[in-house]
Amino acid sequence: MNRQIVKLFALVVVLFGVLVGFTSYWAVFDAKALKEEDANKRPLLEQQQIRRGRILAADGTVLARSVPKGSGASLRYVRRYPEGALYGHPIGYSFVEEGDSEFEQFHNDELVGEESEFGSILDELSGRRQEGNDVVTNLDSAAQATAQADLEAAGFGAVVAIDPRSGRIRVLASNPPYDPNRVPYELTELNKNELEAPLVNRATQGQRPPGSTFKVVTAAAGLDSGTITPETTIDAPGTLEVEGTPLQNDFNESFGPIALDTALTNSVNTWFAQLGEQVGEDTLFEYMDKFGFNSKPAIDLPSEQVLSSGIFEEGDLLGPSDPIDIARVAIGQERLLATPLQMAEVVAAIANGGRLMKPQIWSRVVDPDGRVTKRLDPSQYSQPISAETAEELTAAMEGVVSEGTGTNAAIEGVTVAGKTGTAETPYNDSCGGGVEENQAWFMGFAPAEDPQIAIAATVECTTQFGNDVAAPIFRDVAETILDGG
Amino acid sequence: MSARNRELMALVPVALLLTAGFTAVFAQENARLDNLSLVYGAYFFAICLATHAYLRVRLSKADPYLFPLAALLMAFGLVMIYRIDSGLARDQANWFVLGLVLFALTIHFLRDYDVLERYRYTIAVVGLLLLLAPRLPGIGQQVNGAYLGVKIGPLAFQPAEFSKICLVVFLASYLREHREVLIVGARRVLGVTLPPLKHFGPMLVVWGASMFMLVFIRDLGSSLMFFAAFLALLYVATGRFSFVAIGMVMFLLGAWFFASTVPHVHDRVEIWLDPYAHPRTSGYQILQSIFAQADGGLFGKGFAQGLITVPGTDNALLPAAQTDTIYSLIVNELGLFGACAVVLTYLLIAARGFKIALLAADGFSKLLATGLTAVFAIQAFVIVGGVTRAIPLTGVTLPFISYGGSSIVANFVLLALLLLISDRARREASPAALSAGMSLGAP
Repeated sequence: MNRQIVKLFALVVVLFGVLVGFTSYWAVFDAKALKEEDANKRPLLEQQQIRRGRILAADGTVLARSVPKGSGASLRYVRRYPEGALYGHPIGYSFVEEGDSEFEQFHNDELVGEESEFGSILDELSGRRQEGNDVVTNLDSAAQATAQADLEAAGFGAVVAIDPRSGRIRVLASNPPYDPNRVPYELTELNKNELEAPLVNRATQGQRPPGSTFKVVTAAAGLDSGTITPETTIDAPGTLEVEGTPLQNDFNESFGPIALDTALTNSVNTWFAQLGEQVGEDTLFEYMDKFGFNSKPAIDLPSEQVLSSGIFEEGDLLGPSDPIDIARVAIGQERLLATPLQMAEVVAAIANGGRLMKPQIWSRVVDPDGRVTKRLDPSQYSQPISAETAEELTAAMEGVVSEGTGTNAAIEGVTVAGKTGTAETPYNDSCGGGVEENQAWFMGFAPAEDPQIAIAATVECTTQFGNDVAAPIFRDVAETILDGG
Repeated sequence: MSARNRELMALVPVALLLTAGFTAVFAQENARLDNLSLVYGAYFFAICLATHAYLRVRLSKADPYLFPLAALLMAFGLVMIYRIDSGLARDQANWFVLGLVLFALTIHFLRDYDVLERYRYTIAVVGLLLLLAPRLPGIGQQVNGAYLGVKIGPLAFQPAEFSKICLVVFLASYLREHREVLIVGARRVLGVTLPPLKHFGPMLVVWGASMFMLVFIRDLGSSLMFFAAFLALLYVATGRFSFVAIGMVMFLLGAWFFASTVPHVHDRVEIWLDPYAHPRTSGYQILQSIFAQADGGLFGKGFAQGLITVPGTDNALLPAAQTDTIYSLIVNELGLFGACAVVLTYLLIAARGFKIALLAADGFSKLLATGLTAVFAIQAFVIVGGVTRAIPLTGVTLPFISYGGSSIVANFVLLALLLLISDRARREASPAALSAGMSLGAP
């Protein structure tokens, strides 16, 4: 029987080897994937026992902090948002049951003080309790409040304000807002509210027809590629036959041969449609790509909460070889959709002499002892156009505000450059299906000669034009920032 | 060094380990060093010393490592259970002492364990009655859909733990007597060696008992454990792998049939195959068990630093942490290395057990030692395999570690029997055979 006993023992060794194998698989090899499972609340629960760092506005206003609940083994921290709905976007929320979103999610590692494996072993040996770092943002609390108040007066929409020199995001507001403090109680209802969609950050996820604001991109491509100069004239009739359907100017107005400044000041559709055809698909796409279209903006928010801008067919991005009506794309129509963040990046690039900086909400990370451990090092995302092109565009965009379609954006004593846009969105279900619905835009920067702030503002489901509802928001927010800065 | 001196030397580090474990738990929970851990360590060592002294007198030649290895598992269990709930740990310590009392009584009264052979049918009937007891009205208890417990007045216990010893005793005795005829009487039919039906009848009873457990007790874990021990013994007794294969086919057919007809068994298998189907209800325990392990990593989070309940509530994050999923808690807090230490300890116990079987001179001793060792090792495999999703999760205890009186007492009785066999074997064995046997399982 001894031979069988030895064989039986060998079998036991194999069986126990299987146990070690399975344990190793779960504990080490598959551990990372398991920690990311939705059903696994452990990572969140453990983080809840760490005092998560605060999130602050640029002026030190506390946007999120953690308060202790219970004591001893049941000590845990719960997130509070002192400013309520004002920073629901872009700060987001972080709760054990409901998970996390937006800035809270993207900067989670810094906020919980996640360190390298080596660092945490050292902490364990020295008995130091893991503590979260504070993250200071670039957000301007006064300007954010102005933007939110203006939006709530005007309608659903969004405002994005970027310091063009560094890419620092000063305002990122979305209306309707939601109060992150309420998320543990009414997340289901907030999610169900598809009409208002308060959890959708319209600044980064709201893909809307950009309308005439896109003419700036077309003009940039035309100038920078050498297709036209500021002096080049194009004959702009009242109506143009494009792809079998007439393309008209407002009031069917005919302008005759005009150059860029007149065309932009009066937002002449037939002029830009012809420019688009002259520039061509390949070149226009090349410039769109360089401005950031067709890919997700490099902002510090979770990628699923940032959408790209471009020409969409049933949710898929189209390329230059797809059949598109280039003339209508050139004036911001066709199936072109853009987020407010993308349009803010366009004006920011022009304001910064053609160089587009990576848009960032965070500014610095401060450890529990008050030391700054990380600081934003502004970096360039791309250079879509030359400094010369930027200067020529700026001159034309100044005309829009001083004598053209965007006069409501004017600020006393400051030169403003900008562009309006009014995309017609009739029968839009999310607006109630009316005929007179518009997507109103204004994007611009100030002061034109030394730009400190670049802003895109949009209001949806409005019967008014860009100059009526969006330009005043631009003016208020720009004024607040220039006064404060 | 004599066997008992080696045992004594091995107990010292075990007691130190327990002391260190308690020190770590106190340091974590109260953020201070507490000399209570020294007190607990001293108690534990005193109890072990008393047992050791008893063994020195009664079984001086018995295997020196089995008791320290069991004490090591107890130490692991006591610290982990204390960390879950100090009240439970006090109970467990009492069970430990009671277990050792029964351990001593077993050694005292079964010095001549051949007497077991004489009562093998009585023992078999007792074993079956024990299995049946949880279904008896008035005393039976249902736990999580399985009938595992018996409660008579204030005394509650899990009869399957004791029943496993009865069945192993019966099988060892029966196979000792009939192994020759089972081998000689075997016939080849269609290329498969079949055992003679006449002598195989009682064996079918064991198969029936396993199936019975599946259907009426709904205890998949114990059923698996019993039947695997049966096959192990059958194989060792006859050397016929074909018998094992036939047994396995019969078990799988039965299990398949009942898995599709008995909802409880069916559910267990479904959960095993796809725990993510119902992550908040039926799949919760196994998923949380695995998540707890994922959280442990290589080194674990440290004693008393893992999460068992959702902080601030009593909602279980690791359900049945002190019994079924205690292994997951060990992985969580002591990491893969700590878990490997536990598995290795079971492997060493198995090695010592099989070594006793190798050394034993007579057939009954050999088969009894093999059966006891096999059922012990398989029990550890069934529950660890269950919480690591290697096999369906069932409610079997982790021997010597899980909280629970029945399990501890029964396993100490099992250990006592192994030591009894060992003592006799080593007295009879020549020194040459002893050293030859050392090649297997010498630590």
